[in-house]
Amino acid sequence: MDDRKHLLTLSIPQLLRWRVAKTGDKIALREKDYGCWNSYSWNEYYDFVRKTGLGLRQIGFGKGEKVAVISDNIPETLFVALGAQAVGGLSAAIYQTSLPQEIADILNYLGISIVFCNDQEQVDKVTDVRESITAVKKVIYEDSRGMRGYRGDDWYISIDEIYDLGEELHRRQPELFDTLVDAGAADDVCHFCLTSGTTGLPKGAMLTHRNYINMGLQLTEVDPLEETDEYVSFLPFAWIGEQMNSFGVAMATGIAINFPESVETSMDDLKEIGPHFMFGAPRIYETIRSQIWLKIDESYWLNRLIYTYFMKIGERAAGYRMSGKTLPVGLRFQAWLGKQMIYRPLVNQIGFLRLRRAYTGGAALGPELFTFYQAIGVNLKQIYGQTEIVGIAYMHRDGDVRPDTVGKPLPATECRISEDGEILSRSASVTPGYYNLPEKTEELLAGGWLHSGDAGYIDDNGHLVVIDRISDVMHTAAGEMFSPMFLENRLKFSPYIKEAVIFGDGREYVAALINVDPIVVGKWAEDRGLSFSTYMELSGLKEVASLIKGEVASINSSAEQPHFRIHRFALLYKLLDMDDGELTKTGKIRRKYVREKYEDLYEALYDSGVDQKDVEAFYQYQDGQTSTVTTTLHFHTMDRP
Amino acid sequence: MTTLHISDVTLTFGGLNALTEVNITIEPGLITSLIGPNGAGKTSVLNCVSGFYHPSKGTIRYGEQDITRASPHQVSNMGIARAFQNLELFRGLSVLDNLLLARHQSLRYSIFHALIFYGKASRMEAENRAYVEKVIDFMELEPYRKSRVGNLSYGVQKRVEVARALTLAPQLLLLDEPMAGMNIEEKEDIVRFIIDLKMEWDITVVLVEHDLGVVMDISDQVYVLDFGELIGSGNPEEVAADTRVIEAYIGEEHT
Repeated sequence: MDDRKHLLTLSIPQLLRWRVAKTGDKIALREKDYGCWNSYSWNEYYDFVRKTGLGLRQIGFGKGEKVAVISDNIPETLFVALGAQAVGGLSAAIYQTSLPQEIADILNYLGISIVFCNDQEQVDKVTDVRESITAVKKVIYEDSRGMRGYRGDDWYISIDEIYDLGEELHRRQPELFDTLVDAGAADDVCHFCLTSGTTGLPKGAMLTHRNYINMGLQLTEVDPLEETDEYVSFLPFAWIGEQMNSFGVAMATGIAINFPESVETSMDDLKEIGPHFMFGAPRIYETIRSQIWLKIDESYWLNRLIYTYFMKIGERAAGYRMSGKTLPVGLRFQAWLGKQMIYRPLVNQIGFLRLRRAYTGGAALGPELFTFYQAIGVNLKQIYGQTEIVGIAYMHRDGDVRPDTVGKPLPATECRISEDGEILSRSASVTPGYYNLPEKTEELLAGGWLHSGDAGYIDDNGHLVVIDRISDVMHTAAGEMFSPMFLENRLKFSPYIKEAVIFGDGREYVAALINVDPIVVGKWAEDRGLSFSTYMELSGLKEVASLIKGEVASINSSAEQPHFRIHRFALLYKLLDMDDGELTKTGKIRRKYVREKYEDLYEALYDSGVDQKDVEAFYQYQDGQTSTVTTTLHFHTMDRP
Repeated sequence: MTTLHISDVTLTFGGLNALTEVNITIEPGLITSLIGPNGAGKTSVLNCVSGFYHPSKGTIRYGEQDITRASPHQVSNMGIARAFQNLELFRGLSVLDNLLLARHQSLRYSIFHALIFYGKASRMEAENRAYVEKVIDFMELEPYRKSRVGNLSYGVQKRVEVARALTLAPQLLLLDEPMAGMNIEEKEDIVRFIIDLKMEWDITVVLVEHDLGVVMDISDQVYVLDFGELIGSGNPEEVAADTRVIEAYIGEEHT
């Protein structure tokens, strides 16, 4: 480990060069293209970064300038980001789902001079707002398909031309690139990571080379990775969760990054690669489990029988394993048998066979999901952190996985709870601040600690427990405190419930709008011969309402405090959607917006005289067409215990 | 680049004239659409071109060659491929296998080579696969590569059908209602594919389609058929303004 300490004095491009000297011929990146996995060694990786960096310089990208990438995960994303950093510039990443105006606002806020897009879709969006982004000198594109309309306009340039320009400069001045890389320092800001703002423009957290590398080193101090390990890059690059792995972990450990063929194929590609570690939002793990359940459900009776039997054994064994206790002999044998018969083939099917550790973060994951994955032998662990501390600052240790906590701080990370109950952290990964927002930075880093904005406490085992955003905690009319997110997660732990929005701030009781899960409930309805054609009809079924009522009742019965019980709920006729502004880019609920959008439903939830209500559902399709459908929404009141 | 001339073609089934002295010229590098009410003879034109039917009278020439009496496989060897309205795919095979199989006629190795699968056979199969992958990439079928065709949604099957025609590396592509039964988003995708085919792969496209909005948007040339007779032709604006076309296709205006 000690020999890795000196890595902290390097910039990311310097570290890349160090990797090349150490394991130049080893595979660094792999990309699936035309059905084949094509690999890049660290040597080639560095060559491409050099070509891109020098090419950027050739089109007028100077020291301190900024490049933005709006792209699916492809090796070129890293070439552009690292190339820019290598020649003294900075990179930033924008979500591919951003609308043109959002993109323009971000580009102007960060003062971006070069934009990299992977395809025509992104180029079109940038072109839409060309008038308002005067600082952007060039738009680089990777896939030339559909770009014919832009030919002849030198605002656009293909990545291949950049490579050629860079190669030519390198031929003329072979020393130049090394000199530029040498000029970098570990404490220089290298990347702006946008924080997912629930309102307004996202803030650009400035992150330094050291921030990323430190995170990679500290994480792998706890959970070591081998140079031969594999990682599949399927999270959006604009999210810290992906950058921390490609900038931090991969550079610090020398593992290979695998890029899926397309966003839609990433789960299949993951199966082919069989990664050794992965990180994902809870949704991914929920989706995979739902799929397993569906498949098992459709399987024949013997399979189902064996599955059910051994899952119980697995869950019991998981209980021992998660708390680090030794298994009794009988259980150990049964768990071994289960591993051979069920868990191993199952885990192999989802591509997790080689997985040593899976991390979940970004939101809470149901306790039974932890148990489920631990039962089938997937070492799923909770992590916690913010963009401002490069993603992961706290996590579970092997053999000490407690579903209700987020684990202990990483090495060299300090944790403190403020007097208001806010979680504060301090480490070498903490950002120097937000770009051009001195007031916000002051708030964020007051007193030398990173203010998370989350309420939490440290439990008796030294684990951190996160309750909710400090600003999101609500109070009922009687002044009793509750966390809406906590209750929503409770609901979402039911396989039948996809999404839920909890209300009750300043009201006499807690109420919820619920989205049923279209796949699981759809299957449930099909099995019972209930007919429906749209999501709206499915949610409107009487039988579905009583199914959910049962789920809510069982959640209510396990509520820690009486005011946590959900008194009234309604099943929403449409899924909450990012495109409709109801969810943030990372899938969190925009509570205030939802409340305003469904104001009439909200009022009805608190008017016990209303059992049903006709509502006009307004749809906007992806092509911009709109339509309105009238439907009747039912409100359900739970019995008071 | 080759022009397709359909001259004075008449197609008769017993006493019924499916086509009567139809004259159509398909210019290379353009998108030419055939429109008309149901039973107007649009698909019959395609069937005559692709060699399924042979016209009773008239000639069909592709460049210098007379293909009036050519058989379907001869036509396809000349670089004319067709995507069918009713999917003609092997439902039990994967998308990849369907596409690979469609290229079997371009494979030139003997059964002996195939047995030892060395040298020519493996090289040709690799080239074959590379071409098919290019088509998969173009039609954005990556997620379905290994899925059985029968399990895919109708919209995706239609895309596979177009892809199957494309694997023959055609110069002229006959598309028979590629958008029938699709939702708006799927239609938009297909339209984008058709335009890209013309602009980036330089393929001449003949489109039979009922969605007039699409036809008028993307066609360079439109031919209108009614009861087996050609009743109008020209660029989309001209056709849209033609009173005979409006009467036959959209119906008479009652005032």
